[in-house]
Amino acid sequence: MIKSLGARLSQGYRTINFPKGEPPVLPKHFRGLPKINSSQKREPGSLALESCPTKALFYGKEDSAESSHLTLDLGRCIFCSDCSKNFPVNTIEFTKVHSLSSNLRTELFISENKGIPNLEPLKQNLLSLYRRSFKIRQVSAGGCNACEADTNVLSTLAWDLGRFGIQFVASPRHADAILVTGPISGNMKEAMLKTYNALPGPRVVIALGACAISGGLFADHPEALGGVEGLLPVDLYIPGCPPHPLTILEALLKLLGIM
Amino acid sequence: MSAAVRIETGVPLPIASLAISSEELFQEEISSLHKEGGLLNLLFALPEEDHFTLFAVMSLENKRESYLLSTRVKEQFASLTPQVPQAHWFEREIHETWNLLPRNHPWLKPIRFSRPYANREEPAFKGIYPSPLPGVTNFFSIKGEDLHEVAVGPVHAGIIEPGHFRFLCRGEKVLHLEISLGYQHRGIEKALLRSSLEKSRHYMETAAGDTTLGHTTTFCRILEGLSGMTLSFESEILRALALELERLANHTGDLGALAGDVGYLPTQSFCGRIRGDLLNLTASLCGNRFGRGFIIPGGTAFTLEKEDIENLLKKLKTIRKELSHAVMLLWNTPSVLARFEHCGVLTDKACRDLGIVGPAARAAGLSRDCRINFPSGVFRERQISLALGQKGDVFSRAWIRWKEIENSFNFLEALLMDSLHRKFSKAENNSIITLKNNSFVFSLTEGWRGEICHAAVTDDRGGIRAYKVVDPSFHNWFGLALALRGQEISDFPLCNKSFNLSYCGHDL
Repeated sequence: MIKSLGARLSQGYRTINFPKGEPPVLPKHFRGLPKINSSQKREPGSLALESCPTKALFYGKEDSAESSHLTLDLGRCIFCSDCSKNFPVNTIEFTKVHSLSSNLRTELFISENKGIPNLEPLKQNLLSLYRRSFKIRQVSAGGCNACEADTNVLSTLAWDLGRFGIQFVASPRHADAILVTGPISGNMKEAMLKTYNALPGPRVVIALGACAISGGLFADHPEALGGVEGLLPVDLYIPGCPPHPLTILEALLKLLGIM
Repeated sequence: MSAAVRIETGVPLPIASLAISSEELFQEEISSLHKEGGLLNLLFALPEEDHFTLFAVMSLENKRESYLLSTRVKEQFASLTPQVPQAHWFEREIHETWNLLPRNHPWLKPIRFSRPYANREEPAFKGIYPSPLPGVTNFFSIKGEDLHEVAVGPVHAGIIEPGHFRFLCRGEKVLHLEISLGYQHRGIEKALLRSSLEKSRHYMETAAGDTTLGHTTTFCRILEGLSGMTLSFESEILRALALELERLANHTGDLGALAGDVGYLPTQSFCGRIRGDLLNLTASLCGNRFGRGFIIPGGTAFTLEKEDIENLLKKLKTIRKELSHAVMLLWNTPSVLARFEHCGVLTDKACRDLGIVGPAARAAGLSRDCRINFPSGVFRERQISLALGQKGDVFSRAWIRWKEIENSFNFLEALLMDSLHRKFSKAENNSIITLKNNSFVFSLTEGWRGEICHAAVTDDRGGIRAYKVVDPSFHNWFGLALALRGQEISDFPLCNKSFNLSYCGHDL
């Protein structure tokens, strides 16, 4: 007992001061929000586009034909930065900005004129329910366990998610939100939908990581369903492969109007 | 004539030079290597025009030798499993993938509930399971008034990957546990055959997210072997550094989680945070906490300056001190030791029979460690100490992790001290890689969970014809099932954590 008290004293208080204070310093090679410095229009046969392993790069928004600027879809991007090496220097830069999340899928399309995606808090009626106590059931469905690992990290004392009233729970009956990771493998579809339907509601759906948002690397695999799109109504998209814990924490806090 | 050909990790063999043996000889050789205590590193089937070629690699860690065996079969072959239990999982995989029947396999059922390959549309379990539903299989059962079954998963109580566990119990005691996986199956091995090498590297980074560095290193060694690429010693140092950081982070996380599972919160809390500090060291190498983008063919995509190394040494020293404090509490707390000791025993005999690898095997006294027996890179030049346990219980598996943490710290500190005046450089990423045609190559890396084994077969033009990924979890899941026999069902979380196996690495 004395030894464990001694250890507690020597280890000290180590919870980060974010969001009141500064966020933790990110590593020098950190690849965050991409910045596109090109108003380049479509060039037929551009090989550089092919270099993207998840086809996250294209000219023009996929849903509107009028714009044909170079666009990067954060929902598909795995932040490998292969593209920045294959395009002319400085066309695509990966900045250290960790804010990537949004409520809208279309907000994740980054082009020359589009920077940090907009993230709105939940509607007032949901906020009054969930602002002080938000319970999340996590379901992993065909991913690689990296998103899960960096979500789990939020419950350690360094990040201490509990201080915001946010908690991961075991039973979907106790949960206000479902947080999905992975491209939704065919083998997990039923279990994921059953878990969602077991939430009492009103339900909040969070898609975390490139796989859950778009299928990521596995988007065109017959074994996976290309993410939650079309299966569940998503309220919060958190891009990344995996997203940094800071990206995840900030997204949750903004969703609940805490920051 | 012997059917076995000596093979070295990372060195390709021309397919034409293989002694393709009769099925009987193939069986005999594998059985005799098994009796000698060998490990079946992999066993897979390669479809040819009118038959399949079965490839097996077996290793003897005491002799530090590996052998490649091959034979030709048509629609079925005599199952190895009755003589060689470690073939059990592999044969089920072959059957599910290719509808190729291992005759007299004692426990033939789906392993990943996967779709058959495109050119073999006839599914293996047609008739038994019209469309195999995951987790729906003929579980082993015993009937009796005082027996009951407990079904757990695929969705577990926590942020954990999905899998299904079926416990057959008498009261609180587990008579038998059956593990049914496949929920994480996303078709990686199949995708490798249709993808560019660049995209394949990304697949390897996500084969098991917590083993990004282990799997990517193994994959790059396959490509380097097939293309004759050689690495500078400096590049090898960076790779060894990354691999050991991955081990440190995960072992630390495991010790924390083990403490958590017996309700000892101080170590759980400290280790949870320190694991993050170690992941941040990996991020300081390449920007990503799991090491995404660090390992590329020919070396690493990032380099280190002198001040980076000094910084690493400083941080490792601090982390080591804090971690020692946190972990020593475990060994000094009787209530923790009482739960750890004699729990979930897996004997050395069972480990040999089942082909268990990694810390779980070393905890039972098997000296299986690729860094020592089948080294590549820096480990050829510099020895890392081997940690060995005896009892094969939860305590041994926890203690082994701590010993390995200390060994890795010692290894890294010495390596980095010697590297202060070295000139590191990153590998060029844009070179086009030409692979040797008609060759077989395999590669072993000691990941933090144990032996990672990859193998590739190339075609006439140097394209990848077959690529096999064997995550250590593939060997070890059955070990967990066996360790649970005779245990209290309430000890399952603790036993499970002491193995900490990967679902996605198994399911691929």
